[in-house]
Amino acid sequence: MDFYLTALLQGLCFSGIALGIFISMKIFNIPDITTDGSYTLGGVVTAVMLSGESSPLLVLPIVILAGALAGTFTGLIHTRLKINPLLSGILVSTALYSINLLLMGRSNIPLLNYENLYNLITLSPDLNLNTLLTLLIIVGLLVFIVGYMLSTDFGISMRATGNSETMIRALGVNTDRMKVIGLAIANALTATSGYLINQFQGFADINMGIGIVIMGLGSVIIAETFINWLNITSIAWMLALVISGAIIFQFVLSLTLSVGVDATLLKLVTALFVLIIVSVPKITFKRSA
Amino acid sequence: MIEIKSLYKTFNAGRVNEVKSLQNVNLSINKGDFLILLGANGSGKSTLLNSISGSILAESGSIEIEGIDVSRFPEYKRSPWIARVFQNPLSGTASDLTILENFRLATLRTQSKNLKIGINNKFKSLVKDRVALLGMGLEHKLDQPIGTLSGGQRQALTLLMCVMDDLKILLLDEPTAALDPRSAQLVMQTADKVIRDFDLTAIMVTHNMKDALAYGNRIVQMNDGKVARDISTEQKSKLAVADLYEWFG
Repeated sequence: MDFYLTALLQGLCFSGIALGIFISMKIFNIPDITTDGSYTLGGVVTAVMLSGESSPLLVLPIVILAGALAGTFTGLIHTRLKINPLLSGILVSTALYSINLLLMGRSNIPLLNYENLYNLITLSPDLNLNTLLTLLIIVGLLVFIVGYMLSTDFGISMRATGNSETMIRALGVNTDRMKVIGLAIANALTATSGYLINQFQGFADINMGIGIVIMGLGSVIIAETFINWLNITSIAWMLALVISGAIIFQFVLSLTLSVGVDATLLKLVTALFVLIIVSVPKITFKRSA
Repeated sequence: MIEIKSLYKTFNAGRVNEVKSLQNVNLSINKGDFLILLGANGSGKSTLLNSISGSILAESGSIEIEGIDVSRFPEYKRSPWIARVFQNPLSGTASDLTILENFRLATLRTQSKNLKIGINNKFKSLVKDRVALLGMGLEHKLDQPIGTLSGGQRQALTLLMCVMDDLKILLLDEPTAALDPRSAQLVMQTADKVIRDFDLTAIMVTHNMKDALAYGNRIVQMNDGKVARDISTEQKSKLAVADLYEWFG
């Protein structure tokens, strides 16, 4: 049971990445690989600040700013220098590896002896339950903020930017600026995941971000399957499904580990799982067509 | 309203595939004009339209709108005056957004899109009344993604969207080219009505000679990047479709 609770908690921690990828991939149609670096950046800033005895509540806004800054760089490289977004993300992500190492000064920092978010507020004497409640509040807040933003006039123009750039430019929106802001928000959310997961696991590691983008992609694709299947148009429901996608993803990974699959093969299993969820809707679609 | 002076635009300058799209174009368009822009493919009419809208920046020459030189303005900065209807119905609307959301964006064409929720009941009923004017029954589908509608319906909605916000100039780039004859007729009638009702200055590129004669008060023909003919209202009324075909001969 503990196994699945951990999966649930990890899923909630990864919901920041899932929301971030939802914004970059689904809203802007931009494959953003900055994720690997900005997630680690979020974790690293958390680790450095917490081990410097900063309060977790003070750390969060700094983490968000750091993530946003990373996204801004990717956005500027893509829009100003007209470089393919995939390459822009890889460039920033690569650069961030050194930045992260520089910030940490070594390849990992243990955090077990410092104050963290999950023991900061006591909502329940049970440590696991307390973590769960704290995470639910934070994730609930993230969904609310992102959901609200996407329903505003600004959010609608954001969604139109990825959907019909010709139209929205004719309607007076500076699409380049919009993309930079979008990528900043996406990576701020991703960095928040790094913040949540590091305090949950109790350490930061320079390699924690390698291939993490797949978690977000997988979550969003799971959500997309349901969105198309159930014909959902409400933004709030879409975001809720994205979070569920992140949780389902972790459950599947836990399940594979619990049936005795070697942990060495975890990334392989992850890749295969994403391949399956990407291809299944297409296969069934073909049959019905 | 619009003053175009010695406008030049060359694509791929100095290369084998160099195209001199606009060569010294001079055109003065009065307020309330509905100008039909004709020309063979590659004659520069789309380039001219795109230079006015700002999606292409001309190399030299000037474009003045209401006395303001906008020739260096990017497209989004010209949007306070100009709205566009594209040839492809998909370009004028955002498929995944609902009719209501599309109209919301159109309403804010000249304003900033800020962090306020603008779609409220008041706005809904405003859009409902406007859309009902089309007589297509779309007023009951406001929460549907606009991508679920036909090309003709989308094109007609695009026209209405243009006049949701203060507008001076309407640019139509073969708005009916992708439509069946019935939808095409409906879209043209809607366009004509919108242009009259809202007292707009309009420029329409078309290859449909019948439309060229039926609508508008002035015909300009382009050839090799230059204005070849400029036909005023009186002369236009004497033209027949066959005359127009001759121009292309």
